[in-house]
Amino acid sequence: MCSCRRRSPWIFHMNSGSCNGCDIELVASLTPRYDAEQLGVRLEGSPRHADILCITGPVTRNSVHAIETVYGQVCSPKAVVAIGSCPATTNVFIDSRVLDGPLDRHIPVDVFVPGCPPRPDAILQGIAKAAEILAERGSRRLANQEKQQ
Amino acid sequence: MNLTIALARLLIFPGLLFAVPAAWFFLWLERKAVALMQQRIGPPFMQPFFDFVKLLGKTTPARTGVSGLLMKAWPLLAVSAAASAVGLLPVLPASGGFQGDLILLLALMELPSVCIIAAGFSSRSIFGEIGSAREAVLTVSYNVVFLLAVVSIAVSQHTFRLEALAQLPASPLRWLGVLAILVCLPAKLHINPFSLPNAEQEIYSGPMIEYAGPELAMWELSHGLEWVAAAGLVATLAAPHFAAGWIDAPLFVALSFGIVLLLSVLAAATARLAIDTTARFYWRCALMFTGLAIVSTLLMRLRA
Repeated sequence: MCSCRRRSPWIFHMNSGSCNGCDIELVASLTPRYDAEQLGVRLEGSPRHADILCITGPVTRNSVHAIETVYGQVCSPKAVVAIGSCPATTNVFIDSRVLDGPLDRHIPVDVFVPGCPPRPDAILQGIAKAAEILAERGSRRLANQEKQQ
Repeated sequence: MNLTIALARLLIFPGLLFAVPAAWFFLWLERKAVALMQQRIGPPFMQPFFDFVKLLGKTTPARTGVSGLLMKAWPLLAVSAAASAVGLLPVLPASGGFQGDLILLLALMELPSVCIIAAGFSSRSIFGEIGSAREAVLTVSYNVVFLLAVVSIAVSQHTFRLEALAQLPASPLRWLGVLAILVCLPAKLHINPFSLPNAEQEIYSGPMIEYAGPELAMWELSHGLEWVAAAGLVATLAAPHFAAGWIDAPLFVALSFGIVLLLSVLAAATARLAIDTTARFYWRCALMFTGLAIVSTLLMRLRA
């Protein structure tokens, strides 16, 4: 089961007010040149299907509620990858009055992929790392359930 | 056909025990063929299996009331219908069958689509409802061609029994029918250019939007089984059956393989069509194939 989790990370991409640079790089990592499907990555349309939530952007006030809702809709075990410098530190938009970032004030983030924008290979590495975390988390969850029983 | 043989066909060969690995293999083949067409390496061989096991291990969101029960029931019904459809295919020579099993096969192959429509409406999501409405329109459009083709093949050979149909020599009308069925398969399997009911980006996977975990795994499996059943039906009708039984099974597998490759290449080479274009396309197809069938029948009458 752990190996299956590690080898089949389905991602859901969410934009929280990004400038679109990171979004383009995320899409580039799925294209033939980088071919994320070798790792079993599939870009899903619905957060219900996904294991890994990929969030770009510095988290605007308007998007906070949406992020929390979508995070709640991803079924566990789940992991979050923050793509770019914006969700990590709010980047050049720091102290802006329309922002409510960084991202880890609202939801737990597992992997930060820094860069403005990060290279597609860095994004892929981040997703692979998140998949490993996901596998570990799944096994720990099962162990906890057994303990409770 | 007695009960033991029927159960063995449903559960072992060509039913569940054979059909589930075959479904995973076909799903992998589809993704791999698309990847190769796009000059990618594509997913590893075991990918559909990994996906299935991973989905089984995920939690499902809590749903209360009747709708929750229905949401669980639809994917199970779809899987069982698709598996029974595979079980009816006459892969082994002298495998029995009964008068009218073609009609049962058609009904069973139609059931997953009906389940998808119902699932979209019972999910109560607006995207699910749009997807279901599209699926319903698509079903009505391609089924005119599909059912007419199958029925005309059966009537021209004077039998509704699959095995008898498979063993009769092919007539020009039959090839026309097989061609018409092939045209319908992309819509039946929801792959490009007719993937509009489950469009990932525009309507967030349509009827599947609210499904997660084991239920989604069942939908994936039923999609794979539909691949096996559809490719198997075409292979049954198109394969020239020899008197020697042993050559049939490999030929059947090779033909199914070829059909999956052909459809995947078509899917990789095309983009998604809009619903009105799709409906128009299938109604025109119906007209064209009807015309061709009438002409070929008239020609055969004249020659006789």
